[in-house]
Amino acid sequence: MTHSLVPDPADASAAPFFPMDRAPGCPFDPPPPLREAAKHHPVSRVRIWDGSTPWIITGNAEQKALLSDPRVSVNDRLPGFPHWHAGMAAISVHRPDSVFNTDPPVHTRFRRMMTAPFTFKRVNGMRAVVQQMTDDLIDQMLAGPKPADLVEALALPLPTLMISHILGVPYEDRDFFKENAAAGMKRDATGEDAMAGYRREAEYLTGLVRRRAAEPEDDVISDLAKRVNDGEISASEASSMGQGLLIAGHETSANMIALGTLALLEHPDQLAILQAADDPKVVANAVEELLRYLTIIHGGQRRIATADIEIAGQTIRAGEGIIIELASADRDPRTFPDPDVLDLHRPALDHHAFGYGLHQCIGQQLARVELQVVFGTLYRRIPTLRLATTIEEVQFKSDGLSYGVYSLPVTW
Amino acid sequence: MEVVIDQEKCIAAGQCVAAAPEVFDQRDEDGVVVLLKDSPDPADKAGVRNAARACPAQAIEVHG
Repeated sequence: MTHSLVPDPADASAAPFFPMDRAPGCPFDPPPPLREAAKHHPVSRVRIWDGSTPWIITGNAEQKALLSDPRVSVNDRLPGFPHWHAGMAAISVHRPDSVFNTDPPVHTRFRRMMTAPFTFKRVNGMRAVVQQMTDDLIDQMLAGPKPADLVEALALPLPTLMISHILGVPYEDRDFFKENAAAGMKRDATGEDAMAGYRREAEYLTGLVRRRAAEPEDDVISDLAKRVNDGEISASEASSMGQGLLIAGHETSANMIALGTLALLEHPDQLAILQAADDPKVVANAVEELLRYLTIIHGGQRRIATADIEIAGQTIRAGEGIIIELASADRDPRTFPDPDVLDLHRPALDHHAFGYGLHQCIGQQLARVELQVVFGTLYRRIPTLRLATTIEEVQFKSDGLSYGVYSLPVTW
Repeated sequence: MEVVIDQEKCIAAGQCVAAAPEVFDQRDEDGVVVLLKDSPDPADKAGVRNAARACPAQAIEVHG
């Protein structure tokens, strides 16, 4: 049964349930009802888990407008906020203030405590390190059994190594974070699951902040520990920042590496472009197009209106929930001609894979370096890389915040 | 051509540096944008326009 959108997109009584499934056989495309919405009704309504009917924004230009609008808030403590699921609703009242749940001027102060390590120049200065790690991981994979799981061999370890290194979290503790991150991100996470996982991570990071306060090293956690010592932030705020960076910093890039590889293996003409690419600009553009085509953050970014907003012929009232559905905007035909075509040469910089506005991904330049290195290296080092299964057998992470695959069996 | 930046709005995304590294940089302590030239050369024009368009905080204005 398909859910089609009704003629009046603002009609709450007939709003389709969100999130909805992707079409069978179309694992890279957003669900059909959202495609329809992006074409005809860039501002419409959906029904979510708690019965509420927030607005959903599927148009690229409309998302840019709302994500730049000071009347749109991330404060998830406000009544009527459209939480992802019961788990997030339960956590929200317990989380300290951070970039995730505050607006300017509080947001500005927090954000600027985290951005120094992630500047364009700092992360591009790490490019040689990323290249070395990538080559080492590929060497190990090639020396091991076939088929190999690309997720375990390369997609997950590379970004985990990099973010752990930058933050100062010991690499040997990475499994702990992987388990906890996965538990809290499932679509059907209960309040108890999410709270338990959140508390374990928060305790670990608070402990690490304390250790680094006593014995600082040259890393982000030590910098946050110093700010706690100076009274700029509380220990729990520091822990919350560290947690956010860690979670955001590894699963997302891992998903892009694995899912991007799958998409390229399914589009051999595009794969050939990367294999032949000597010009770093070609690789960089290919990365932007893969970011656009896949837009892995698929649960809908959540906001709430703090005043009435007129947009696309609709009026969003103060107190109403807003869901920014990023992938739909990245397939908006008004912004990207033939949006469903993977075309590594097309201009793709208007994409929202990293979001848009004040909360746009802090790690985006690091993600770009990781993806440019991996996509520029893997298919040249292993030109005969192929799936050791069929795409029908591949299991997709349909139930997490960030889309990807659980494993990717490959051979060569 | 004149470029005006708003450091209050900047969120340190770094896309301006990616687009026009001769014109934009990010300060060490927090990555907020700084101008290397406020009257860029004609050769920088395309990069500067791309930077203004790419800025997620709309913190860059280009005049002329």
